[in-house]
Amino acid sequence: MNPRGFATLFYKEMLRFYKVALQTLLAPVITSLLYLLVFSQVLDEHVQAFPGVSYTAFLVPGLVMMTVIQNAFANSSSSLIQSKVTGNIVFMLLAPLSHLEVYLAFVLAAVVRGMLVGCGVYLVAMLFITVPLHSVTVLLLFAFLGSAMLATLRLLVGMWAEKFDQLAGFQNFVIVPLTFLSGVFYSLHSLPPFWQRLSHLNPFFYMIDGFRYGFFGQSDVSVGLSLGVVTLSWLLLSAWVIRLLASGYKLRN
Amino acid sequence: MTAAITITAVDKHYPRVRALDGIDLTIEQGEFFGLLGPNGAGKSTLINIIAGLTRASRGQVAVLGHDVVSDYRAARRLIGIVPQELVFDPFFTVREVLQIQAGYFGLGRAIDPWIDEVLEALKLSDKANSNMRSLSGGMKRRVLIAQALVHQPQVVVLDEPTAGVDVELRRLLWEFVSGLHRRGHTIVLTTHYLEEAERLCDRIAILNHGRLIALDSKQALLQRELGNTLRLLVMTRSAVDSLPPSLAALIRRHDGDCLELELPRTLDAIITALDALRTAGVVISDLQTRHADLEDVFMALTQQDGGV
Repeated sequence: MNPRGFATLFYKEMLRFYKVALQTLLAPVITSLLYLLVFSQVLDEHVQAFPGVSYTAFLVPGLVMMTVIQNAFANSSSSLIQSKVTGNIVFMLLAPLSHLEVYLAFVLAAVVRGMLVGCGVYLVAMLFITVPLHSVTVLLLFAFLGSAMLATLRLLVGMWAEKFDQLAGFQNFVIVPLTFLSGVFYSLHSLPPFWQRLSHLNPFFYMIDGFRYGFFGQSDVSVGLSLGVVTLSWLLLSAWVIRLLASGYKLRN
Repeated sequence: MTAAITITAVDKHYPRVRALDGIDLTIEQGEFFGLLGPNGAGKSTLINIIAGLTRASRGQVAVLGHDVVSDYRAARRLIGIVPQELVFDPFFTVREVLQIQAGYFGLGRAIDPWIDEVLEALKLSDKANSNMRSLSGGMKRRVLIAQALVHQPQVVVLDEPTAGVDVELRRLLWEFVSGLHRRGHTIVLTTHYLEEAERLCDRIAILNHGRLIALDSKQALLQRELGNTLRLLVMTRSAVDSLPPSLAALIRRHDGDCLELELPRTLDAIITALDALRTAGVVISDLQTRHADLEDVFMALTQQDGGV
């Protein structure tokens, strides 16, 4: 075990995004706030997703979770691919760090960034609207699992990608559609049956739905199912990524 | 005593290239060892395998008895690698980079005095709080060396550390690395500057096409390959167009009015060659003799092995 080595890599990853906080912390909060202002102005009086819940209140948890997972995703891969492209990844690879320590440091730093930005969006949203809090434990659990899963996915993409173009392609053609089609802006019940069934295949839907349960105590599917799907997805993805890290896939060649 | 680096039957194959072919090599503790070879010979691949940056297709490598794959934590703590490429992390200052690197090796703030010492020795103290992006190429090269030394490794591997640096910095690095060697560190150096290897290294290995074509002490290598020969440099008044057949086989270089001949190291051989030149009508304006150097050995060996 090399606990100080792990802690240093974790600290370095956090320091990296803190040094560009305007881009990594403040900008996502502003973007989400713009979403909230525009959608709530246009749709608040026309859409009611859950009984007794205004559309603006419904929107807040989805935006918070979308911000959490998108930023967790952005952190781990941008760090890895930047290091690969510039070559400075060599300093980490020369160190006596195990693949598990590398995995945990990258993922936990990305979780912290996701959570910080999520808190920022939530606090700013609270200036405009009050959203109930049904279960803080469920909120934190889904925020952690969602961000950890996206950070793990991004680590995988960061290992695979050899140029920024591939990374951007994955973000634009996989992550963004899965996020926007996960129920951030709408309830699943407002969709036609075909799209409802299709949404059940999207793991991002379970992250958003479970997270929203933490606020309202109501969700499109049972919170237990969401927890199971998100946890299982994260564990499977983690096992794969840890195995690839251990093999040195595209890193030690 | 355990060897500093033990390389046993190492192969490295890529889909279309055999980068290393059956390398066996032992570097003893306290040696200043030179690893030479033309571009593409496999030097950097071998160093990357020693560093754990690349996995060998076959064979084992150990650092002070610790296998670089199965016992990688111990092996990596004992070795410091200065990479060939000028890589850096643009987010951090010089001091942050060194503290982070020390942290990776499990070292805390207690290592700060050593960091200050390394910065001082490499003339980087005034840049300690500068961002890496603001440094010149030579300073970045020195930071790379500091990063390799931050965990006080017993074995230091420098992959072409003086490539592209000016004369002043090259001398600073030579002095610094020689100082490390005097303090008992094992040094492994790859370089394209054969003068550098000849000046610094005790023992030399030459790689070509992924194979080890020579491994000996510097003196033995010079003696073994070209020890009984000397080079005769002849400057002539005018360009020489043709030479007698008896001299043609001895010519190593013919550049207009400058001839370089390889001769047995005897006075008779020199006199015979000069007589032959005079008979051929060549008017000599200046003469020099010199003993074979590492460059001659290198060229002779790589050409015997099928060229570069």
